[in-house]
Amino acid sequence: MSADLLSLATIIAMALATYLTRIGGLYLMQGVTVKGRLKAALDALPPAVLMAVIAPTVLSSGPAETIAAVITAGAAFLRLPMIVVVAIGVAAVIALRAVV
Amino acid sequence: MPGPSRATDFARGVFDILPVLAAAVPIGLLWGTLAAAKGFSPFAAWLTSATVFAGAAQFIAVDMWRDPVPLLLIVVTTFIVNVRHLLMGASLQRHLGEFSTPGRLLAMFLMTDESWAFAERKVLGEALRPAYYFGVAVSMWLVWTSASLAGAIAGRSLGDPAAYGFDFAFSAMFIAILAGFWKGPRTGAVLAASAVSAALAKLALAGAWYIVIGGLAGVIVAAVLHSEQEAAEADRGDAP
Repeated sequence: MSADLLSLATIIAMALATYLTRIGGLYLMQGVTVKGRLKAALDALPPAVLMAVIAPTVLSSGPAETIAAVITAGAAFLRLPMIVVVAIGVAAVIALRAVV
Repeated sequence: MPGPSRATDFARGVFDILPVLAAAVPIGLLWGTLAAAKGFSPFAAWLTSATVFAGAAQFIAVDMWRDPVPLLLIVVTTFIVNVRHLLMGASLQRHLGEFSTPGRLLAMFLMTDESWAFAERKVLGEALRPAYYFGVAVSMWLVWTSASLAGAIAGRSLGDPAAYGFDFAFSAMFIAILAGFWKGPRTGAVLAASAVSAALAKLALAGAWYIVIGGLAGVIVAAVLHSEQEAAEADRGDAP
């Protein structure tokens, strides 16, 4: 397989794998009543997964990223608009990388 | 009584998602430049964003991209990173009563962390109308695919995104989204369990298993803490 074809096949396979995860949810819980502990677990899944995605960057890249993440979280909790939060985070990481 | 028109609902969806769209532009540009640096043509970058349409998975896939492309590893990793969609979809499908069958299939294709979060927020107050959902989701798709394409075209002329700190924009956006899920100290416990487990798993294991491990750790903590809350309610005698 040529490099271009392999790349194209990978992109299509990624798309199919992703759609499978999206469409699967329609049928996953059919007939299951989501309440109590199961609901608490389901409700916690999105923040837990989002946190897991960024944890290595935030915790083990270096002090600049960790401090910038804390500053970003502070801005997020002030309920500033999302684009402002992102801008503050990026500005913080630039400044901190220059000094740390 | 007739509700708001479809056009009004659609426009409300677009308006609600505007701040996320503004944040998605630099992140889409960034992904496009990273993809171009790994040899993606502008068309391949656009195709990826248009069909995969999942930021976290796309960043991780481009990071793993090399010659020859490790197809199986990338596809398995993509699936693992996106397994959260199964549970998001399981939750969202409870609110798709006003959607036709093709509408549901399209709604799920367009489901992102952001459109899902906006839909779940909407159903706290009223029914989820298709036009509103598609206002949110279609504008996300248009912005993400356009920004990715622009990034891939501009690509090499923009240079290394890390030099400008744009590599951190992705983490910053997820932190901003995370804040919307905050419901008190129990959320803190969930996030701490997830962060520590994921960071340790990342050091110990190859691939993207750290995302699943962190996610499961957070879910387990949530389930455990929930039972304590139930016990407390039973003690007070106000259990159902």
